[in-house]
Amino acid sequence: MPEHFDCRDAFAQTLERLAEQDPRIVAVVNDAIGSTRLGLFLKGFPERLVNVGIAEQNMVGIGAGLANGGKIPFVCAASCFLTSRALEQIKVDVAYSQANVKLCGMASGLAYGQLGPTHHSIEDLAWTRVIANLTVIVPADPSETAQAVRAAAQMDGPVFLRLSRMPVPSVHPPEYRFRMGAAVVLKPGRDVTLIANGTMVCRALEAAALMAKEGVSARVINMASLSPLDRDAILDAAETTGAIVTIEEHSVRGGLGGAVAEVAASACPVPMRMLGVRGFAPTGDVEWLLEHFGLTPSAIRQAALELLEAKVRQ
Amino acid sequence: MNKNSTRPLEEAPAAPPLNDLARTVRRESLRMVHRAGLGHPGGDLSAADILVALYFGALQVDPRRPNAPERDRFIMSKGHCSASLYATLALKGFFPWEELKDYMQPLSRLNGHPSRTGVPGVEASTGPLGHGLPIAVGAALAAKMDRASWRTFVLTGDGELQEGSNWEAIMAAAHYQLDRLVAIVDRNGLQQGAPTESTIRLEPLADRFRAFGWAVREINGHDFAELSSAFQAAPFAPGRPSCVIARTTKGKGVSFIEDRVEWHHHVPSDAELSAALRELGDDLDA
Repeated sequence: MPEHFDCRDAFAQTLERLAEQDPRIVAVVNDAIGSTRLGLFLKGFPERLVNVGIAEQNMVGIGAGLANGGKIPFVCAASCFLTSRALEQIKVDVAYSQANVKLCGMASGLAYGQLGPTHHSIEDLAWTRVIANLTVIVPADPSETAQAVRAAAQMDGPVFLRLSRMPVPSVHPPEYRFRMGAAVVLKPGRDVTLIANGTMVCRALEAAALMAKEGVSARVINMASLSPLDRDAILDAAETTGAIVTIEEHSVRGGLGGAVAEVAASACPVPMRMLGVRGFAPTGDVEWLLEHFGLTPSAIRQAALELLEAKVRQ
Repeated sequence: MNKNSTRPLEEAPAAPPLNDLARTVRRESLRMVHRAGLGHPGGDLSAADILVALYFGALQVDPRRPNAPERDRFIMSKGHCSASLYATLALKGFFPWEELKDYMQPLSRLNGHPSRTGVPGVEASTGPLGHGLPIAVGAALAAKMDRASWRTFVLTGDGELQEGSNWEAIMAAAHYQLDRLVAIVDRNGLQQGAPTESTIRLEPLADRFRAFGWAVREINGHDFAELSSAFQAAPFAPGRPSCVIARTTKGKGVSFIEDRVEWHHHVPSDAELSAALRELGDDLDA
């Protein structure tokens, strides 16, 4: 098994490097310095980490105010609290205001496992991607996480970075360069396309490897940039493979699957399967939950093969 | 109204008295709401003196350089009172006075609630209540990090203080000892449908701010001497954020609007507008 990494480390290390280089970089947290891995940031830049306590609406508003004062705030909190508790602030103070705020949703998806649906963040992509002016990025591995943090700092405008704490392997070659708004084909293929982001990219690659052994050629696309969305990559996948499976650690409603379907349905409709979380999750640890919702390589393979049959029948 | 001060603006030798400016803002706010057929005239009139005292007194802002890094920040948390804010900003020179006639017209940048990206001088997009104070705390934190001397002012409604986000911000401001932050409460006692005290009680408001670590002054929000003196004096105590509870009258300046809850968002008829403008000395705009 390849080495796995907690992307929060890449996130925090990159933020520390950026803070060394740019005095405008500041962090805002809601009492979660440990779980956002910002302990070293606090040590290095004690005056540039604002702990607002357990107060997410204030946290996001303070981020907008810091941006007004010329700072580049990285506002970090568990994604479930950041996006749901402070959604109006995200919409108005950050996105509508074009405030230069970087929202960092930690431990997204099902990462909190048996802590239950109150702590799962399976709606955050649906909520954020429909907000105008808000860039939404879901990195898949440490390299992409680090690059996405840098890209967010460099662009002048609001960004939502959706991060996980579930260890993942590297999925990109060393020369990979992340670009906002660009999807990347990690594996070419002609029979079916697997589109994933975040923690599901490595699983999509594993599923494609299983299918290759059976003679099925599956394309794998990392759609790290959910907004803006790479329409061309989706349409090319639809036109040349004729079938799309989306895989996300998120509700099957409104997230990556919905975004891909909106594009495909309007320009090149093809059979699709959307894999993700259905309803509030039962009790279970994260690995169990991912299996329960069919988010394993073998279940992805199974869904893709079923879709291929549907495609052939058409 | 002050019947003695009927001197036309253009004949004023120096800057017009704040009273005249405030009456100009009141008249224009009512005209804007009348033209748009929508708005919040009660709160516009309540806040007019505070806005004029800020923009023609305390605030270090230059309309030719609306994004100058060292400017004072003013955040209008009660964004529904956009008419009086726009009229004040135009009077100050942030954008042309003539543009006020476009208030809420299609494609006008003068939306019913102010937009930071659209309107020069608007520091924060507001409308939903309870947003301004947290943003002001963030701005004051940025100044503190930079050891800069600019101040941050925020004007909240009083009913708005029922939003919990304000109290998160009030706690944080005291914790971070933001003594270059001034929160002004437009304490007119009325919210949309009823008095604040019969809706959800705010009193003892000054004691509540004090208990959270703020230094508080209660003043007459229509007295320019008191407003200017409070704004100049802030911070009232070293290491503490300052709260000015400005006791105001909703609809101030027009007898039949004053303290009438239904004028929160009542649009004046033609006859009501004429009567109101007469009370506000509309000959000054001739």
